[in-house]
Amino acid sequence: MSRRVRIRGFLVSALVLAALLGWGFAGLPDFGHFAGEYAQLLNRVATGERHATNVVTSIVFDYRGVDTMGEEFILFAAVITVGMLLRETRDEGRRAPRDEVRSDAIRLFGVSMVGATVLLGLSIVAHGTITPGGGFQGGVVCASGLALVYAAGSYRAYRAAGPYEFLELGESTGAGGYVAIGLAGLAAGSALLANVLPLGTAGELNSAGTITMLNAGVGLEVSAALVLLFHEFLEEVEHR
Amino acid sequence: MSYLPYALAGWLFMIGLYGIVTSRHLVHLVVCLSVMQSSTYVFFLAVGYREGASAPIFKDYPLGKPAVDPVVQALTLTDIVVSVTVTALLLALVIEIWKRAGTVDPDELRQKQR
Repeated sequence: MSRRVRIRGFLVSALVLAALLGWGFAGLPDFGHFAGEYAQLLNRVATGERHATNVVTSIVFDYRGVDTMGEEFILFAAVITVGMLLRETRDEGRRAPRDEVRSDAIRLFGVSMVGATVLLGLSIVAHGTITPGGGFQGGVVCASGLALVYAAGSYRAYRAAGPYEFLELGESTGAGGYVAIGLAGLAAGSALLANVLPLGTAGELNSAGTITMLNAGVGLEVSAALVLLFHEFLEEVEHR
Repeated sequence: MSYLPYALAGWLFMIGLYGIVTSRHLVHLVVCLSVMQSSTYVFFLAVGYREGASAPIFKDYPLGKPAVDPVVQALTLTDIVVSVTVTALLLALVIEIWKRAGTVDPDELRQKQR
């Protein structure tokens, strides 16, 4: 199939798809006036039931906690697969690259931001049950802290900063810990991922029972997983 | 009546799909897929929005006052994570294709297969 035929075929089917989408959108509630019963119910009861002021977090780690377990294993499996794919064909005997940032201003700014970035990430994870944020969001911020070491410093500094054996351990601990906390619900005589721990006072750091623990586990897994992904791709860069 | 956010989601989906169909570079194709996936974030958040409502976080906001839909926000979070993992996996495959075939142009790849 030539390029021209393909694009013409696409334009025809795109018109049909656009018409279908338009038809579907026209049947949706007017923007700003959707009243989902489930959402309104959760907004009313979640803070009282789970002692977490961030309703999104209590949905992610409690009401829909099983979904998040699946999601976590998607991330886990993807990171392993990327590692397997890339490591298999990697030329290990290559010498270490010598790329270095030469601007002192960039280095100073970048390196001084590393600590602040990781701290911000940890804070976003820790306050996930109270204010906007959580394990996924904070984990990404933490991971970008280490990427900053590479972006503002050198490959050597980056290698020295990252304990890569521990990263895989951290990722597995995060994923396995999630399941373990879930099973604790079963062991306590309730359902999988039931919130069986004391709930504490809403708005405080040690509130919301298992939500806080699951949140921390996900924070660990996401930051380790993203650094591992970044690491695997960085190892692929051809250094001349 | 406003359907503009839905139209934006539809437009992002279509433009991403157009990019995939016409792509001449696999990395470009992966980015276009990300654009397509972003349409679902816009769509979810647009569906969950309520006029005059606050974020579903009741830290300094009294319980019982209107807040936007937290369920679709949780779904968006899942969506973003899946999008990241898919992007990472596809980029790893692109690197492998480059190593084996020496090209990342989909049309050239098809010619090489023959």
